[in-house]
Amino acid sequence: MSQSIRAKKMGELMEKYPFLEDFFLQNRLFTQNAQDFTLEQYLNSLSEEEIEEKALDIRKIPEEMEDYIRQVEEFLGIREEQSVSSLTILPGYTKDKVPESFEKLRLVPSQITSIVGPTGSGKSRLLADIEWTAQADTPTGRTILINDKKPDLKWRFSSNNRLVAQLSQNMNFIMDLGVREFLEMHAQSRMAAQPEETIRRIMDAANELAGEKFSENTPVTGLSGGQSRALMIADTAILSASPIVLIDEIENAGIDREKALKLLVSEDKIVLIATHDPFLALMADQRIVIQNGGINRILPTNSEEKVLLEKLSDMDRTIQKLRSDLRSGKALQGTDISL
Amino acid sequence: MNLLVVSGPPSSGKTSVILRTAAAFKNRGLKTGVVKFDCLYTDDDLLYEKEGIPVKKGLSGALCPDHFFASNIEEVVAWGKKQELAILITESAGLCNRCSPYLDGVKGICVIDNLSGINTPKKIGPMLKTADIVVITKGDIVSQAEREVFTARVTAVNPGAVVMHVNGLSGQGAYELSTLLYDEEQDIDTLEGRKLRFPMPSALCSYCLGETRIGEKFQLGNVKKVDWQESNRDM
Ligand SMILES: Nc1nc2c(ncn2[C@@H]2O[C@H](COP(=O)(O)OP(=O)(O)OP(=O)(O)O)[C@@H](O)[C@H]2O)c(=O)[nH]1
Ligand SMILES: Nc1ncnc2c1ncn2[C@@H]1O[C@H](COP(=O)(O)OP(=O)(O)OP(=O)(O)O)[C@@H](O)[C@H]1O
Ligand SMILES: [Mg+2]
Ligand SMILES: [Mg+2]
Repeated sequence: MSQSIRAKKMGELMEKYPFLEDFFLQNRLFTQNAQDFTLEQYLNSLSEEEIEEKALDIRKIPEEMEDYIRQVEEFLGIREEQSVSSLTILPGYTKDKVPESFEKLRLVPSQITSIVGPTGSGKSRLLADIEWTAQADTPTGRTILINDKKPDLKWRFSSNNRLVAQLSQNMNFIMDLGVREFLEMHAQSRMAAQPEETIRRIMDAANELAGEKFSENTPVTGLSGGQSRALMIADTAILSASPIVLIDEIENAGIDREKALKLLVSEDKIVLIATHDPFLALMADQRIVIQNGGINRILPTNSEEKVLLEKLSDMDRTIQKLRSDLRSGKALQGTDISL
Repeated sequence: MNLLVVSGPPSSGKTSVILRTAAAFKNRGLKTGVVKFDCLYTDDDLLYEKEGIPVKKGLSGALCPDHFFASNIEEVVAWGKKQELAILITESAGLCNRCSPYLDGVKGICVIDNLSGINTPKKIGPMLKTADIVVITKGDIVSQAEREVFTARVTAVNPGAVVMHVNGLSGQGAYELSTLLYDEEQDIDTLEGRKLRFPMPSALCSYCLGETRIGEKFQLGNVKKVDWQESNRDM
């Protein structure tokens, strides 16, 4: 096949695979005036000097282009398939090699599962098992199934098809871009079909979650803690291709956590949250209790807990109302809290 | 003995990743040793020592650390054999981001970090492009969006590589990485006759040879000038 790609006109290649633009750009190859050249002719037209300067190995480029085309097409294909309809965890062992006692745990999209347990108990290990689609080949001996079957190795090795997206406490934006440019860049790398529409949805959702509204022109590094968190969650829910979202606590400050989880779930994600916060733990449909490296219990959130959650939710709303009253300069009254 | 060549820009997390991976090897009963190459200074040997990992360091001083690597790697392998290592890892300095110290037939691993910015993949030459495995670190402190954009760009530069995400602090992903690195079949005895995957720059100018004076008449050999005419898109 390398033979045939070499003989293709650059213009044709670019038309058929528009995403090659990024390949050329990232490899510092300028192809503007090469439309009528074949790939072979184009590569041969590079001067020896340019090749050494840019540290290129032109013999390998056609092959690399094919790899790249294959990867991107695979990525686009998987996105079409809507591929993950269930994730199943089969038991392994605790740190003392005692078998875990559950039979199997099957998670489906739009379901929220929380993970609780002491420090060092193995919460992160469980998340890593999922990310790696473990096949009894990690220290826990657990096995992960996708759609009730042994998973395709693509989940381990293909770089654009990560099974898992992560959101955590310590994450910050580091790019020096405005919110809109930032989202455009992400949409482009995800090859979003309708970038405009997608960006508008993310902006709306993020502003819905954040206490204070922000505009498309705000630099991402200038967003407040709450606004950044809101944008990250909305962006992950709507634009990330990963079907599973792992959350490592979402702090209280300035975002509506209930809406945040509902947003993720409405986008058909499987959501796992490692948390110590009773509100988040009870927001989940079930929780996994980890002890000494093993899954010790799996508890569905029971009806009594749901009642408790209502109360916690009232408390959360009360606090948010107080916060917004304070912000708008009102004096607070004793009757503002009615618990 | 297995040989692994780990390379990457300064402070990208090479040592952290090697330490975490070596811990996974240790659990499998595989003895790992490290040789750290750097230019002027490194404390990495102390970190390895603390974990009970046999370590040697080589400072290139006034020489390019990658050229220094190439001229010393044979002796490095001999040292590893003498230590009876199952796995010998070299950690490079990766100073100018251009060269790759990878050898044909020896796994080459490039460690880069999310914090270095999304234009980094484009800036790193053969060190990234010719690696077999690319390890991306510090994903715990940037947003999911930036991780995805960064990964997509790494893939565009090196579509053939396996890309792994490892958290150098918590070690998440290091166990998984270790399973890709050790090859029971490989037994490296000597490197004589093996080749660098990518030639190092042929440049040799008077400043490489110790010239300190500025000015046209002191510039001999392979001298290159900034092009002041052209639009500066290449610079
Ligand atoms: N947050 C975070 N920090 C990391 C991660 N990996 C490494 N670090 C930190 O980054 C710093 C540099 O890591 P090193 O492992 O020393 O990097 P290196 O590439 O070996 O550095 P040199 O050998 O000096 O070039 C250290 O402070 C590490 O703790 C990571 O995944 N996340
Ligand atoms: N079943 C197991 N068998 C062997 N080792 C295990 C098992 N589960 C976890 N471990 C190991 O125990 C250590 C601690 O686990 P982990 O980091 O997952 O804890 P954690 O619950 O995430 O802790 P923290 O709350 O501090 O984040 C890790 O080195 C992990 O690989
Ligand atoms: Mg943890
Ligand atoms: Mg180091």
